[in-house]
Amino acid sequence: MVTAPQETALPPKRSVGSLLGAMEIDTRLLGMVGALVVIWIGFHILSGGTFLTPRNLWNLSVQTAAVAIMATGMVLIIVTRNIDLSVGSMLGVVGMSMALLQAEILPGILGFDHPLTWIITLIAGLLLGALLGAFHGFIIAYVGVPSFIVTLGGLLVWRGAAWALASGRTIAPMDSSFQLLGGGSRGRIGGPASWAIGVIACLGIVFFLLVGRRQRRKFGFGLRPVWAEATLAIIGCVVVLGAVAVINSYPMPEALAEQYAAERGIEVPPGGIALGIANPVLIAIVVALAMTFLATRRRFGRYVFAIGGNPEAANLGGIKTKRTILMTFALMGFLVAIGAAVTTARLNAGTSGLGTLAELYVIAAAVIGGTSLGGGVGTISGAALGALVMQSLQSGMVLVGVDAPLQDIVVGIVLVIAVAIDTLYRRRVAK
Amino acid sequence: MTVKTGSPMVEMRDIRVSFGGVHAVDGVSIDLHPGEVVALVGGNGAGKSTLIKTLSGAHPANSGQIFIDSRPVTIHNPIEAKNLGIETIYQTLALADNIDAPGNVFLGRELRTRLGSLDDSAMESATRKVMGRLNPRFLNFKKAVGWLSGGQRQSVAIARAVHFNARVLIMDEPTAALGPAETAQVGSLIRQLKDEGLGIFLISHDIHDVFDLADRISVMLTGKLVGTVKKEEVTKDQVLGMIIMGKLPDEVTQAELADLHG
Ligand SMILES: Nc1ncnc2c1ncn2[C@@H]1O[C@H](COP(=O)(O)OP(=O)(O)OP(=O)(O)O)[C@@H](O)[C@H]1O
Ligand SMILES: [Mg+2]
Repeated sequence: MVTAPQETALPPKRSVGSLLGAMEIDTRLLGMVGALVVIWIGFHILSGGTFLTPRNLWNLSVQTAAVAIMATGMVLIIVTRNIDLSVGSMLGVVGMSMALLQAEILPGILGFDHPLTWIITLIAGLLLGALLGAFHGFIIAYVGVPSFIVTLGGLLVWRGAAWALASGRTIAPMDSSFQLLGGGSRGRIGGPASWAIGVIACLGIVFFLLVGRRQRRKFGFGLRPVWAEATLAIIGCVVVLGAVAVINSYPMPEALAEQYAAERGIEVPPGGIALGIANPVLIAIVVALAMTFLATRRRFGRYVFAIGGNPEAANLGGIKTKRTILMTFALMGFLVAIGAAVTTARLNAGTSGLGTLAELYVIAAAVIGGTSLGGGVGTISGAALGALVMQSLQSGMVLVGVDAPLQDIVVGIVLVIAVAIDTLYRRRVAK
Repeated sequence: MTVKTGSPMVEMRDIRVSFGGVHAVDGVSIDLHPGEVVALVGGNGAGKSTLIKTLSGAHPANSGQIFIDSRPVTIHNPIEAKNLGIETIYQTLALADNIDAPGNVFLGRELRTRLGSLDDSAMESATRKVMGRLNPRFLNFKKAVGWLSGGQRQSVAIARAVHFNARVLIMDEPTAALGPAETAQVGSLIRQLKDEGLGIFLISHDIHDVFDLADRISVMLTGKLVGTVKKEEVTKDQVLGMIIMGKLPDEVTQAELADLHG
């Protein structure tokens, strides 16, 4: 049985719902975008017009990166009906290890500012993160201790370890190449490259819409109306290019721009030289794309969702559920290590308090982004957007001058409300 | 009906399964020939599902032997059963509610592109093909199966068992949630598969369906096999007597049979 391709006329009544339906846009995603817009405009007004400025948005993008990177992993953890409370502490211990390695250990072996220092440090950190995560995953999947307990233990153990590594000292500065991972005025790709990435992203959007369409036609499945595809492509491109335009309108500090221009024998143009997309943001984008691919296009992702939907069905389907769980935790550890690299590089230091409370932001980002604590449901893009919502809230409160304790209160309340909305939404859907 | 020649394709001998102190299956032996439907009947908790789970690899037996084509085999997990050509429709359906129909049909056996990614289009296409044979009115190929009706979900579970060219099909109450039209559809599917030479274990509480479809009937009561009878040689009342009283047809008195009808 094959249904006829449904490239028919528009539905007679063009309600908003049917328009969204035709474009196959998730209403939850839309709700999140709406929340983000409200938060941004709200803080813009409250801060007397300083929130929606290129400078602030550039900083916001950099601050969001680490949480977004880790939130993509947390989605898969929560989808399998588990939780990882240890990400903040893991970030601490991995960050401290990388700081020690590049600032105190490697210089003794390779000499100061050796060109290989940053990459050796990064690889060692990634391995350590994956190993810690795999260790958690092993205890959870093979020994059978609930993830809540294992990672609660991890939260204490790794925070303690982060302190013990250097007896609480702050390790600084970081290797000069390593620092580029954190953004800052040198750790960015510049204006032209940012535009190039924007254009490539636009071509990518169009390409995937076309490939999807061709694939569906090949098998004779229903197609989206052409106008819906075109609207999706236009919205996608406008958002991408708009974001690049905003980022690129934030110029380098004057002194740096002059030095930069002098090195190349050019004049500083009147608008200044654009910093472009910051390295951590680029890393976060690559991670989000890779994780989306993994979650939706690979067997591993399918198994993660199957386990979350019905563990017994997954077992009966022959899926190696224990190994899959172990791998999700190892992946989480790996992503935490990326987050740790970005964070230490940005701070230009390793401290034993690195990543404190990060678990809350990461879990909140995933949940606000539509990951259901009941398991089985969640998207990477939602979590990345959730990270942006969380960071917007926090940065906005800092900008407006809200006291730190009050910030925590707001974050806590937002987290509970997000879960409440998810619960109500699911109850309504279940009927 | 079916002429039984040669050795059975499946033989389960003296299977025992216990949970703690409970003997859920207590020394049961059954067999199955190609092109044959063997109905497995018995009251709730008789041990039917537990028995067939040892064949489908979902649960190990404590003791006993399984022979496939007269060769002894040990089935440790569902994959080994599937590799032997044994497909199962579980009573619980074993569907991942958050995944769509094609994803469930191919769960654990996903089709992949040359680069190793999931080939969703090919899986959807194949699923549409099986469904056409099974339940042509099924059109929800994109929705997570948790959103579907009980009958539609059951269709997905049946599609999964049928798609992979099984030799042995285990159906644990496959029509429990189906409407009359869909039940008839499954009935004709069973006949069709039987004609193709599959062996089918059919667990059902519907005595009419059982008489309609089965060649032989094995009756279980509290973990033990009461007996296996040929359909043509018994009446429905006699089978009811076996299910309820655990007595073979020739052990039952007329008075007891009359009692069955209250
Ligand atoms: N996983 C389990 N753990 C403990 N006891 C179990 C388990 N599975 C089944 N049992 C017990 O084994 C016995 C047989 O159960 P089984 O599900 O095989 O019965 P059934 O004949 O399929 O019944 P029904 O017709 O209700 O499906 C019951 O007493 C049940 O309580
Ligand atoms: Mg049963």
